[in-house]
Amino acid sequence: MEIFLQQIINGLVQGSVYALVALGYTMVYGILGLINFAHGEVVMVGAMLALSALTAMLGWGAPPLLALPISLILAMLGCMVLGYGIERIAYRPLRHAPRLAPLITAIGVSIVLQNLAMMIWGRQYHAFPQLVANQPHLIGGAIINDIQIIIFILALAIMAGLIVVVHRTRLGRAMRAVAENQHAAQLMGVDINRVISITFMLGSALAAIAGVMVSANYGLAHYYMGFLLGLKAFTAAVLGGIGNLRGAMLGGLLLGLIESLGAGYIGDMTGGFLGSHYQDVFAFFVLIAVLVFRPSGLLGERIAERA
Amino acid sequence: MNNATPLLQLSSIGKQFGGLGALSDVSLHIRRGEIYGLIGPNGAGKTTLFNVITGLYQANAGEFQFDGNSYRACKPHVLAQAGIARTFQNIRLFANLTALENVMIGRHLRGRAGVFGALLHNLATRNEERAIARRAHELLHYVGIDKPGQTLAKHLSYGEQRRLEIARALATDPLLLALDEPAAGMNATETESLKTLLQTIRASGITVLLIEHDVKLIMGLCDRVAVLDYGRKIAEGIPEEVRNDPAVIAAYLGGGDD
Repeated sequence: MEIFLQQIINGLVQGSVYALVALGYTMVYGILGLINFAHGEVVMVGAMLALSALTAMLGWGAPPLLALPISLILAMLGCMVLGYGIERIAYRPLRHAPRLAPLITAIGVSIVLQNLAMMIWGRQYHAFPQLVANQPHLIGGAIINDIQIIIFILALAIMAGLIVVVHRTRLGRAMRAVAENQHAAQLMGVDINRVISITFMLGSALAAIAGVMVSANYGLAHYYMGFLLGLKAFTAAVLGGIGNLRGAMLGGLLLGLIESLGAGYIGDMTGGFLGSHYQDVFAFFVLIAVLVFRPSGLLGERIAERA
Repeated sequence: MNNATPLLQLSSIGKQFGGLGALSDVSLHIRRGEIYGLIGPNGAGKTTLFNVITGLYQANAGEFQFDGNSYRACKPHVLAQAGIARTFQNIRLFANLTALENVMIGRHLRGRAGVFGALLHNLATRNEERAIARRAHELLHYVGIDKPGQTLAKHLSYGEQRRLEIARALATDPLLLALDEPAAGMNATETESLKTLLQTIRASGITVLLIEHDVKLIMGLCDRVAVLDYGRKIAEGIPEEVRNDPAVIAAYLGGGDD
């Protein structure tokens, strides 16, 4: 029972990070019909920028509780610029090209970013400074620490905020209008390039937050950390129904739970033959199962309704 | 702005798709406050001309002046800002947004709140949203949609969807309202109330450009009419003149010199 509860907690925390990243995939897909495979790299850049900013500020003797939020904000700003640049340079010129072209460009951008990060920050793992006094709490035999609590609550608050922005504001309305019909939105005076840029920037800001969360949780940052995380978040977006905001949130949390429970019990189920390091298999098993049995995802609408 | 200058002045507009000439040397002007009709057989280039005026297509030749400014290659949202609003021949609403939201989108360019307003959701933003929603409600009522604003656009009847498109266009506070076959698919009663609506809109000071197949509606409503055939303007004038123009009769009934 303790194991079960522990895995639920781990799954929810990990899942809320997946959800934040999945939102970036799903917002871009909803508006452009494009899968931005470079998004995982934006998460990594966010973590690295925050790490550099944090190290620098601590070096100047800044108080840790001030340095953390400032470096988070710097990372978000940096990633927003990055997201804007990616769209402007790699995707906008291909907006009317066949769908395969921007997909391949996305993979190219991903490789470029990984290698740039490797050149800037090196190949080694970086220790992410532990700044919050990380108290463990005992709940029914399971342990949850302060950082995990902060991650989970912050992620939920951000998701709620995003729902409000998309459904209750002028910007969100413009985003939904562009997603439905770009021509008609333009004729209503919506500058679609601006809306698309803002969408990329919003998604990238979320990615930066997710990157900092992952690094803070595991205490590590690495130039390659975005790749697998990006793929899993993409899986989460597909699981929830890509293009659907609530779907990305649900998909992220579910995927986190599936992975965590799977990793917790796979040893018992296979009599010790497979261990918890097979955790990553579950995400892609889910991806395959969704694509086979319910390609539109849990909350996705059928394609016919989009036509 | 001087009332004597035409609201819209097209000078030798030409548009080609590949080698195919869709419009050639089309010149016309629309005066402030009139209802101007554009008719012609299928494929005459009416919708192409509409798309040029609203910025969906860029003309290959010629230019047009709107409200005193020249435009040649312009994005649709810039022309919307300048005061041109349109509806589509095949309805293009945002089907999964509510009726109210569809109209509120039309207020988009008259709004001010940017990204930070949206994120912070401050007082100015909320007040602006409330004002936009109020105006959108008024417009729904104005065009005669009685269903609640929360109805999804796709759940409205066909006639209501057409009216909603007009409300959405009006929400941009246009100087020129361009309607592409608004009566298509409407029954006689719906057409009649559309006619009344268009007259009300004109009376409120908005200039109307109308493409229509329903010749009776055009003749009964428009101050002046232009006829397009094979991408050229073959006649222009008050409805009675145009109706009796031999070139127009030939274009509609066939025959003539070939």
